Amino acid sequence: MSEAVSSSTGYWKKNQQRLAPWLFLAPGMAMFVIYVLFPIIESIWISFHDWDGLGDKVWIGLGNYVELMGDDSFYTSLKNNVLWLVLYLLSIPAGLAVALFLNQTVTGIRLYKSLFFFPFVISQVVVGLIFTWFYAPDFGLFSKLIENLTGQQIAILADERFVTYGIIVAGLWPQTAYCMILYLTGLNNINPEQVEAARMDGAKGIKLLWYVVLPQLAPATFIAMVVTVIGSLRCFDLVSIMTSGGPYGSSQVLSYFMYEQALSEYGFRMGYGAAIAVVLFLIMMIFITLFIVRMLMQERNS
Amino acid sequence: MFPTPIQKASPFAQTAYKVVLPLALVLWLLPLIGVAITSVRPASDLAAGNYFGIPSGFGGIENYTAVFRDSPIGLYILNSFKVTIPTVIGAVALSCLTGFALAVYKFRANLLLFFMFVAGNFIPFQILMVPVRDMTLKAGLYDTTLGLVLFHVAFQTGFCTLFMRNFIKGLPFALIESARVEGVSEWRIFRYIVLPLMRPAIAALSVLVFTFVWNDYFWATVLVQGQHAMPVTAGLYSLNGQWVAAWHLVSAGSIIAALPPVAMFFLMQKHFIAGLTLGATKG
Amino acid sequence: MTFFNGLKALALSAALLSSTAFAGEIVINSDHSDPAPKKAMEELIADFQKAHPDIKVKWNNFDHEGYKAAIRNFLTADAPDVAAWYAGNRMEPFVKAGLFADVSDVWTANGLNDQLKSAASSMTIDGKKWGVPYTYYQWGIYYRKDIFEKQGITPPKTWAELLAACEKLKAAGITPFTIGTKALWPTGGWFDYLNLRVNGYEFHMDLTSGKVPYTDPRVKAVFAKWAELVKPGYFVANHAAIDWQDAVPQMVQGKAAMYLMGNFAVATMKSGGLKEEQIGFLQFPQITPNLPVAEEAPTDTFHIPAKAKNKEDAKKFLAYVASPAAQSKMNATLGQLPVNSKAEKPQDVFLKQGFEMLSGAYALAQFYDRDANAEMAKAGMEGFQEFMVKPDKADAILERLEKIRQRVHK
Repeated sequence: MSEAVSSSTGYWKKNQQRLAPWLFLAPGMAMFVIYVLFPIIESIWISFHDWDGLGDKVWIGLGNYVELMGDDSFYTSLKNNVLWLVLYLLSIPAGLAVALFLNQTVTGIRLYKSLFFFPFVISQVVVGLIFTWFYAPDFGLFSKLIENLTGQQIAILADERFVTYGIIVAGLWPQTAYCMILYLTGLNNINPEQVEAARMDGAKGIKLLWYVVLPQLAPATFIAMVVTVIGSLRCFDLVSIMTSGGPYGSSQVLSYFMYEQALSEYGFRMGYGAAIAVVLFLIMMIFITLFIVRMLMQERNS
Repeated sequence: MFPTPIQKASPFAQTAYKVVLPLALVLWLLPLIGVAITSVRPASDLAAGNYFGIPSGFGGIENYTAVFRDSPIGLYILNSFKVTIPTVIGAVALSCLTGFALAVYKFRANLLLFFMFVAGNFIPFQILMVPVRDMTLKAGLYDTTLGLVLFHVAFQTGFCTLFMRNFIKGLPFALIESARVEGVSEWRIFRYIVLPLMRPAIAALSVLVFTFVWNDYFWATVLVQGQHAMPVTAGLYSLNGQWVAAWHLVSAGSIIAALPPVAMFFLMQKHFIAGLTLGATKG
Repeated sequence: MTFFNGLKALALSAALLSSTAFAGEIVINSDHSDPAPKKAMEELIADFQKAHPDIKVKWNNFDHEGYKAAIRNFLTADAPDVAAWYAGNRMEPFVKAGLFADVSDVWTANGLNDQLKSAASSMTIDGKKWGVPYTYYQWGIYYRKDIFEKQGITPPKTWAELLAACEKLKAAGITPFTIGTKALWPTGGWFDYLNLRVNGYEFHMDLTSGKVPYTDPRVKAVFAKWAELVKPGYFVANHAAIDWQDAVPQMVQGKAAMYLMGNFAVATMKSGGLKEEQIGFLQFPQITPNLPVAEEAPTDTFHIPAKAKNKEDAKKFLAYVASPAAQSKMNATLGQLPVNSKAEKPQDVFLKQGFEMLSGAYALAQFYDRDANAEMAKAGMEGFQEFMVKPDKADAILERLEKIRQRVHK
């Protein structure tokens, strides 16, 4: 590329400003188009077919979507996705609480902050394994606690009443750490004069937090919302590791349901899987659009 | 500062804070501590039902050697590096270019392209799964680390572009303008003026992408099947299938798999957090 | 798009490097990840190379569960020369999709039609043979002899005796049956045996091949029998949370007395601390009188993918695996039964009993997840698991299964 740019022809000199961005963008965009944009369109196309990945695709129009509407697993997944979305948002206040707790200057506090952040750094596979062990009946730490408290053993991951909550708690662990770090950075950058001025006026505690501090933390809250909403809809890893959607499909979520239909040992229903993916994509698009609109407004203002 | 510094509180509150702090940490990391202890428990403890008591001895060396000796985890770790390092280089390099283009030039499609990258970053993987797998199969890259690298580079470019573009926007634009007046070519402006200033961004992105890609599990299961190319996340899950009830081995394996990103985090903490919290401070 | 061409060139070189077998080399993909199968496979390959020094073997060993998904990929994308799989309906989709090669000539050239006669039908589709079987094993009820003696229980032969034994055990504070249903398939063993004993082999085969609705009264009858064990709590609690291996300690510790399992479970029971004389084996009791007695005996097999590069040498490997000597040695290590009738009879006490039982069997079923269509099997076993937790939902579960059957077998 450097050669092309430095070879100075008259045309190049004149149009350099106009052509340069496209040259800079070309490699990144090519990759992005091939691996992201094009596959989205292809997935939508595949979702109108019956295809096992081995033979030919057969056009069935809206057949997959019609079947989806009558599929109990789809509604279970959808319900669980909503649960994930709502409960996952708890990581935002939880993260804020931890951040407030840690926002002090005592000796060793830096190390404490790092260690509190720890769960976010490790892979969800490891988090899933850790919590599976934590919940395991007979010897899991958590089951033992429950058994001592209630005198009853509860196998969280085998009980359809609790299983989704159990996985969400595992997910909240790293997510809270993430939100915590966002808020810690935010707290570092709030305007101390405003806080002091408010204190002079007699504001303190919750009131001070709500009226003076939180508005200043709005950017951190926004980012935390974005990553949490996206994270909650992506909850594939934990479900796959901890339960594979079980017992009998009760912890199913759309992202895992799609994978299972399209690629698991029991069947390659690529078309049906693609249809589930399209539904998930449309749900996500609602949020993506909201985020983009907000970012666009910021761009316009700056 | 908010909340009120603890130094201004009563001596009692100060002591209480110092006591509660380590307790809270232990509680917070309880599952992890449990796993760490289990990983150094002798196998006989588990058979005897000693899950929580003091380990009867130190089985750490034995467990960790067993993991490396009896399972291909060493190979899995190597594969993870083979996927992660080229991805970091590729994604960061591409996004330096795209970020520069979107930050410095004014052209009609600029914002549109920028938001395309941003949106791509948020979409669910599942919508890409079938076509990307199919494409990788057809290209003969299925079950290779290269197949994973190419996808990760493409996908991470979205996030990295967002990051780089915002970073370059924050640089003094006057530098670029004065260079243009002197007739410096656009490539040279990028190479010799902007790129040197991007070092902190490159460092931050490298650590972040390293962690994201190292911890990826979904694509590792979709694009790879055999041991020879399997990264450690997917490998650990398949080992979990073999080590049923052998929690001392599962724990040791988990710790091994978690170590590289953890080390990366502690070594490059400042960059890591700077990268992660981009946008959390300014409106 | 030049980028894509570059990608192709890269791909080509990667493909050349990755798995192309040279002449005289065969690539074997298999799922022998557990310790005993792994050892058996290592020995087999070493012996094969001694017999054929000119052929180099490259072996890719897969995780047992992951393999089932992986095989669909590599058969189309990157075929090895030999692949391990299962007999019966489980191999049918690959045969129908033209992914397995016809190996009838290996059978005729090596006299296998005679020696492997017992498994011939389960390897035949459209009159051709599609692989060779190398091992099979019995299923049945493994029980704690010492507990039975202590409680004064004689091994039950009929359903009524089984229920009486369960009642007695339960009263003594011992859960009659242990099971771990997290991986779903252990529930298939229960369904198969109950169906084989209530309705017989022919009905079972009709059901698993999709010819009979799941809402048929005969299927409901199976669930009714099953409920007689589920409702009084004759299975361990929390079985949906654990894998089959995790269920073994319950039996080792004497908290449970019986386990319906394949013979491979004996090794796990022994390594868990049970002595051989503590373990007994009994045939699944009779339910409907005078029904010809069929048994469950899954057969494991080797196949040559249609896209294999070195079929010549792969056939030599198949012939070798089918031979009496290879099967004797391999099954001694596996702790399972050789399919070849000329192979040495097993010495192991459980295998002896299994061999006798299977030799006298009216017919052999492969296993629910091998006899039924894969997608149906998954839904079915999920239903069985749900039933074992919520027996009252039997009708709703069967209706759901029927809906899926109608879609799968349209």
